[in-house]
Amino acid sequence: MNKTVNQKAWFLILPVLILVAFSAVIPLMTVVNYSVQDTFGNNQFFWAGLDWFKDMLESDRMWNALGRQLMFSGIILAIEVPLGIFVALNMPQKGFWSSFCLVVMSLPLLIPWNVVGTIWQIFGRVDIGLLGYTLDALGIDYNYTQDSFDAWATVIVMDVWHWTSLVALLAFAGLRSIPDAYYQAAKIDQASRWAVFRYIELPKMAGVLMIAILLRFMDSFMIYTEPFVLTGGGPGNATTFLSIDLVKMALGQFDLGPAAAFSLMYFLTILAISWVFYTVMTTLDKRDGK
Amino acid sequence: MTDIATPQVAEPVDKMTIAKPRKASRRMRPSGGAVVMTLYLLFLMLPIYWLFNMSLKTNAEILGAFSLWPRDLTFANYARILNDPSWYMGYVNTLIYVVLNTTISLAVALPAAYAFSRYSFIGDKHLFFWLLTNRMAPPAVFALPFFQFYSSVGLFDTHIAVALAHCLFNVPLAVWILEGFMRGVPKEIDETAYIDGYSFPAFFIKIFTPLIASGIGVAAFFCFMFSWVELLLSRTLTSVDAKPIAATMTRTVGAAGVDWGVLAAAGMLTIVPGALVIYFVRNYIAKGFALGRV
Repeated sequence: MNKTVNQKAWFLILPVLILVAFSAVIPLMTVVNYSVQDTFGNNQFFWAGLDWFKDMLESDRMWNALGRQLMFSGIILAIEVPLGIFVALNMPQKGFWSSFCLVVMSLPLLIPWNVVGTIWQIFGRVDIGLLGYTLDALGIDYNYTQDSFDAWATVIVMDVWHWTSLVALLAFAGLRSIPDAYYQAAKIDQASRWAVFRYIELPKMAGVLMIAILLRFMDSFMIYTEPFVLTGGGPGNATTFLSIDLVKMALGQFDLGPAAAFSLMYFLTILAISWVFYTVMTTLDKRDGK
Repeated sequence: MTDIATPQVAEPVDKMTIAKPRKASRRMRPSGGAVVMTLYLLFLMLPIYWLFNMSLKTNAEILGAFSLWPRDLTFANYARILNDPSWYMGYVNTLIYVVLNTTISLAVALPAAYAFSRYSFIGDKHLFFWLLTNRMAPPAVFALPFFQFYSSVGLFDTHIAVALAHCLFNVPLAVWILEGFMRGVPKEIDETAYIDGYSFPAFFIKIFTPLIASGIGVAAFFCFMFSWVELLLSRTLTSVDAKPIAATMTRTVGAAGVDWGVLAAAGMLTIVPGALVIYFVRNYIAKGFALGRV
């Protein structure tokens, strides 16, 4: 759409700017402030320069948490995106069953995140949970509070349970927007099912899939509540992801300086990666718009 | 399980079948689609069913015998939550700040979204992306500064503090969703209204708002939902007076171990609000998640 140039539009944006400045910029400046200072308590601060950043970059703790985080985000993206597309392809297109599937699939998305953790905490317990009990009855040694592999598997299955529907819903919306003419043309060309998927459905879904990947990346990278409730970051540090580690450092130990430096680097990492996704997304938008 | 494989599910699964003579392909593919969906939906519902199952059992039964459905059906867990103020006030507190947050977010996002969808001005694209970056900000980064900031201005443990804190991610979300819906309204409508002598506020309230009513509904739903599911910030910013239900739930760990039945019942009750409204927005939910860009 052709937009009118109108600088007065800034006035309409003003309320948002003020509110976001209040709720984002001021707190972020506090973080910046802490990240370059040290304290002996009593509110006496002195300049520490970039020492905290140097400290954090040299500490194994942050790199380990980052490694776990990247592995987690990578694994859940690798599972949720293909699975989501697969589910979307199999969804009924219209009628009662389509609505039914949409509603049921949306349910996990609307459950408070700590309840998601609680659900899986119960579900996975060997004594009272269906999953744990079944696995135990099958003779599989399963205990997500003791064994780090089991803890990882449970956290990942929980995330797949929680969020695959989001990818599926988006992919489904993308699929529905493909005009029938494309399928008819493919039919005339005697295209195989795979060819239809590869050359019609996938390119047409590219835009929404980018959004899905962007959202899943962002949200999985800042995941906190669900693993915190489920495993508390343990056993040991096995499922301590970046946010859990950060909260431990900032609110638990009150190490303001390192925590602030950590925060900034954490935020910048998400920002940098998301910016790449966003650029790809807007480029796709423009291409589709023409 | 295969009962669900009625023609409604089955037929439209593979668009290729539309052009074909129906009989030949109906047997093969469609049932495959129905089986996949049945399995997937079962996977989604099982953990929720298990929670529901537990919420209707007594603690003795939960810990004593393993059963797939409650043998000794009881509503005592729900009764306890609904009769104990320290429990149900959790729901009330959560509802208060969620509604506050939704109202604030929509009020500031509506004009901004209109500006983004209709006008171009200096810095508009950068501003739009900057807004999105707030959606990307990990709440963990903001927990400590929020805590100190709201404590220092005396808003700690109030509903408005949590509502404002949640604006961090809900305002950008609302702006994005509304902008997506507003783009779909032809600009000629604005121009005609101005020619007819409407002032901007009159036009916006009387003509434009009804046109994007569904968009406002979806944006409200998403603000509601994300504020409802968030725990980290709301827990950090409250202690007693505005304590959300999510934080109350951690209280079930008592001296006698975890009170599983009550915990499960509390969990079930937090699912209810989402489940009630989801039906109305089912066709827009993908658009909402895609930030209005499908």
